[in-house]
Amino acid sequence: MQEEVKLIVDGRRIDGRLPDELRPIKIEAGVLKNADGSCYLEMGKNKVMAAVYGPRKVQPKHLADPTQAIVRYRYNMAPFSVEERKRPGPDRRSVEISKVSREALESIIMKELFPRSSIDIFVEVLQADAGSRTACLNAASVALVDAGIPMKGIITSVAVAKVDGVLVLDPMKEEDNYGEADIPFAFFIRNGKIESIALLQMDGRVTKEELMQAVELAKKGAMEIYKLQREAIMRKYRVEEEEEE
Amino acid sequence: MRTIVLPGDLLATNPKVAGHGTYVENGKVYAKFLGLLDKTETSVRVIPLRGKYIPSVGDVVVGVVKEVTVNGWVVEINSPYMAFLPAQENPEMKPNKKPNEVLDIGDIIVAKIINIDPKMKATLTMKDKMCRPIRFGRIVAINPARVPRVIGKKGSMIKLFKNELGVNVIVGQNGLIWLNGDRRKVNIVEEAIYIIEQEAHTEGLTDRIAEFIKKKKGELENAGGS
Repeated sequence: MQEEVKLIVDGRRIDGRLPDELRPIKIEAGVLKNADGSCYLEMGKNKVMAAVYGPRKVQPKHLADPTQAIVRYRYNMAPFSVEERKRPGPDRRSVEISKVSREALESIIMKELFPRSSIDIFVEVLQADAGSRTACLNAASVALVDAGIPMKGIITSVAVAKVDGVLVLDPMKEEDNYGEADIPFAFFIRNGKIESIALLQMDGRVTKEELMQAVELAKKGAMEIYKLQREAIMRKYRVEEEEEE
Repeated sequence: MRTIVLPGDLLATNPKVAGHGTYVENGKVYAKFLGLLDKTETSVRVIPLRGKYIPSVGDVVVGVVKEVTVNGWVVEINSPYMAFLPAQENPEMKPNKKPNEVLDIGDIIVAKIINIDPKMKATLTMKDKMCRPIRFGRIVAINPARVPRVIGKKGSMIKLFKNELGVNVIVGQNGLIWLNGDRRKVNIVEEAIYIIEQEAHTEGLTDRIAEFIKKKKGELENAGGS
């Protein structure tokens, strides 16, 4: 067993963080000119870029829904994003991540306002560390706001892992690889309050109590990320002061 | 300075004041998209900062004919949705004419939206004094969210272009703008419109644009004199 690697020493993790501490996060909204909305986000060593197009005409036409907009989400890893070159193109893992992420965002996007149209979200992982799906969701959420898409609130995502029997927030690669469990969360945040869970996955083994603790830990982390997402958008639009009538 | 609101921000607890850009859930009013908050005693609304043009009834739009059918024209209006102009809504249409003799693919028109069905199929009309087919002048495209600024307070910007340069302007709500007048003066207006679109700070924008036009006009007259 590789459990010999000590992941927690004196209550600190191998990168020096406390169990309830996030990795450094950097968010920038509106970085792409061609996209209707975009965001660049760094979460630890993760570097991801999200672009939103839409609402626009559905291509191909037969996919269009006459009653509401369709939402499409593509999670993709660049070949150079991981240590060993990844063959380009979708694989099982990225198809699954795309599906669950899309479902998380679909729960807040007001699709019924745009019948016969599509909202396309593309997220590229430029550099991968653990929790790239949560980083992508955070970036996608900011990009959607930047695109002016009507939504009920904002999606904020973070993962919790269990390493050496301790629950840790926002795991890094080593903790993900050698830990006992990995639980990504996404929350629907409205008016600065967590309203509901939009994504929940788990891989590994935890007790019922630990899962409930993990939820609380994730909520705390999500609120911190939410503030950063908000700031990133405000930073870009602060300059747009007065709108003339 | 008005505050910027994000989707999901709580704006009011009285659902009766909910206006454009808001939604009501459990008796509370929340913002629906990114925008500027406009709050008065009787209404709360969010002025969008970004987004595509979504047709609404009564809007005057500039569109391009994309398809000619037996009973009308399909018009592209710089939006996720196509609009339809029925033959009977075009005053130029005479019983002895075929639709493609009146308007053909690629023609540009100014039209008004008279109806939108729940499936977002917009119907246009040209029976309005502003509406006309466009066969001269110039079309400028801007971000639809910037349209109110190009119009200015109570149409101040449009008046400025008209009075200072004699350039006629029709601003389509969909972000397409028709300019007509002296070619060199239209150049100035086009440049001014791009400035308006770019300038994030709109404080005193009308004055700055007025100054810009005066300067450019002066240059034009000097060049003509020498």
